[in-house]
Amino acid sequence: MATKAPGANRPFTSPIASLVVTVIAVLWTVPTFGLVVTSFRTKEAIVSSGWWNAFAHPSFTFDNFRAVLFQSGGTVGEQGMIPFAVNSLAITIPAVLLSVGFGLMAAYALAWIPFRFSDHVFYGLFALQGVPLQLSLLPLLTFFASGVKLFGHTVFPQLHIVGTLASVWLPHTMFGLPLVIYLLHNFVSALPRELLEAARIDGANHFEVFRRIILPLSLPAVASIAIFQFLWIWNDLLVALVFAGGTDDVAPLTLHLANLGGSLGSHWENVAPAALVSIIIPLIVFFSLQRFFVRGLLAGSVKA
Amino acid sequence: MITWSSLFASSWPKIVQIFTVLIIFFGFYSVAFAAGAKLKGKKQNKLALALFLVPALILVMTGLGIPAIQTFMESFKNADSSKWVGFANYSNAIKDADIRLAFANTIAWVVICPAIVTTLGISLATMLNKMKREAVAKSLIFMPMAISFVGGSLIWNLMYSFQEQKDPQTGLIGQFFVWLHIDVKHLLLWSPWNNLFLMVIYIWGFTGFAMVILSAAIKGIPSEIEEAAQLDGATGIKLFRTITVPMVRTTIIVVLTTAMVGTLKLFDVIHTTTGGNFKTDVLSNRMFDENFVYLNYGRGSALAVLIFLGVIPITYYNIRSLRLERKH
Repeated sequence: MATKAPGANRPFTSPIASLVVTVIAVLWTVPTFGLVVTSFRTKEAIVSSGWWNAFAHPSFTFDNFRAVLFQSGGTVGEQGMIPFAVNSLAITIPAVLLSVGFGLMAAYALAWIPFRFSDHVFYGLFALQGVPLQLSLLPLLTFFASGVKLFGHTVFPQLHIVGTLASVWLPHTMFGLPLVIYLLHNFVSALPRELLEAARIDGANHFEVFRRIILPLSLPAVASIAIFQFLWIWNDLLVALVFAGGTDDVAPLTLHLANLGGSLGSHWENVAPAALVSIIIPLIVFFSLQRFFVRGLLAGSVKA
Repeated sequence: MITWSSLFASSWPKIVQIFTVLIIFFGFYSVAFAAGAKLKGKKQNKLALALFLVPALILVMTGLGIPAIQTFMESFKNADSSKWVGFANYSNAIKDADIRLAFANTIAWVVICPAIVTTLGISLATMLNKMKREAVAKSLIFMPMAISFVGGSLIWNLMYSFQEQKDPQTGLIGQFFVWLHIDVKHLLLWSPWNNLFLMVIYIWGFTGFAMVILSAAIKGIPSEIEEAAQLDGATGIKLFRTITVPMVRTTIIVVLTTAMVGTLKLFDVIHTTTGGNFKTDVLSNRMFDENFVYLNYGRGSALAVLIFLGVIPITYYNIRSLRLERKH
């Protein structure tokens, strides 16, 4: 770094570039900022003037938040937003842990346990990454309701999980696995061979190698991919609509928010604070763990 | 008013459920690992495969593999899948004017969005490289990545919200129209341009991803190469065109393909904003409506297969480059 000539690696650095970047950064932030401001304004203020006028006559309130969080009935639902937030957590936590847990073990098996068809399985998983969710939603839903029949044979018995949280986090675990395995495989297979062989010579078998070497060494990669999965599952709408669409009992925040936005598109005094509440947890996760998150994205797509 | 105790009462079983899942998973594998550690030779190889790989494979096959085959077969059956109808779902889909429009829109999305996202991403990454306060600007542009497309769509609904010209504007864009003395339009109803305004939401959400990935690739360019080019007199745009872009070509393709697959499957934005009305429908939203609103499973499956066919060339290309990479 220190040896670089001034100006190296910065072809666009100029006042114009700074200006362009600043303008874009502002453009990218203004919409969210508008939502934040709106959620603190009174209903009367929201309908009578744009949010950018709020600073001329400041009068902010927490009432909107109190309404969406703790009021029941009317436009905000029977129990306010908190049960939906609990659902989001109850869907996201198992799905993230299971997909990353099973994914790491599978990644190790594909990278370090030699067996016939190892390459085929790996490429097959990679190809499944491209399968659009849309292709599997309906059959999976039928499977949860009445088991799997393929060419007239019962391949899988019926699972009694329709309308439960498990019917939402299980699909997320399944859909997330191919990408998780691929990203973790990139990492695990790049560990030095000598390290693993040394442990083998000391008499460690696969179980011990995994627990003593793979698990501790891949923790940073695991953390980053877990964050990625967390955001992905927390922010999902399609899986939620299909598998939790029938009942508010297991619906996550995104689904509740989409319904709010559809049914009371103009009631911004409810929609804005609800939207803010739903994005606050991923934003906290993102800003506090940004470093890990970026590294995880890079693990799969950029070879240094 | 809702009380904390009633919230606790309704949440308690869900919290118990989270912990039950975790205890079963970790409990089972701690026992398995303790037992497996004592095994030797060929036997532990097989047990390790069974415990490490097989659960993941079963989950993936039940979740994606088998359902994909079923959907493929459903697409050749009638609305309630009681009868085989050959290619009727596909030919009817192509004859249907609404679905043709959804096709056209999907193609527009897949062509326009990835191109803009990638161009913006690499320009921003290059301009930001070693700029003062690089991290702040990056965080701000990357932030929408953490926001769901449902949240993003609502955020932009507020930006686009429409009031009559004479009334006070509540949407910032409408206000700009007023300031510039242009007639205020209901942007999300203004076909065909409303498609572009919806694309803005996706571009806003995804550009940060492209920027961060490309930025890492640019920082990986060996400085000697750039210095050599600079000694030869390459600066500014020329340096960008002759060095930066060719050096990060692979990463550009990764970003482009990721964005393409993303837009092809895109659903949240359309569902939350227009619901596919006002001539903004796309295949993935239409497929959802066929399956879950009109209950025409045959045609819904056919549309899902069509989306899959769109992804295949991209997946094929990626597998080919992956194999080349593995051979090195």
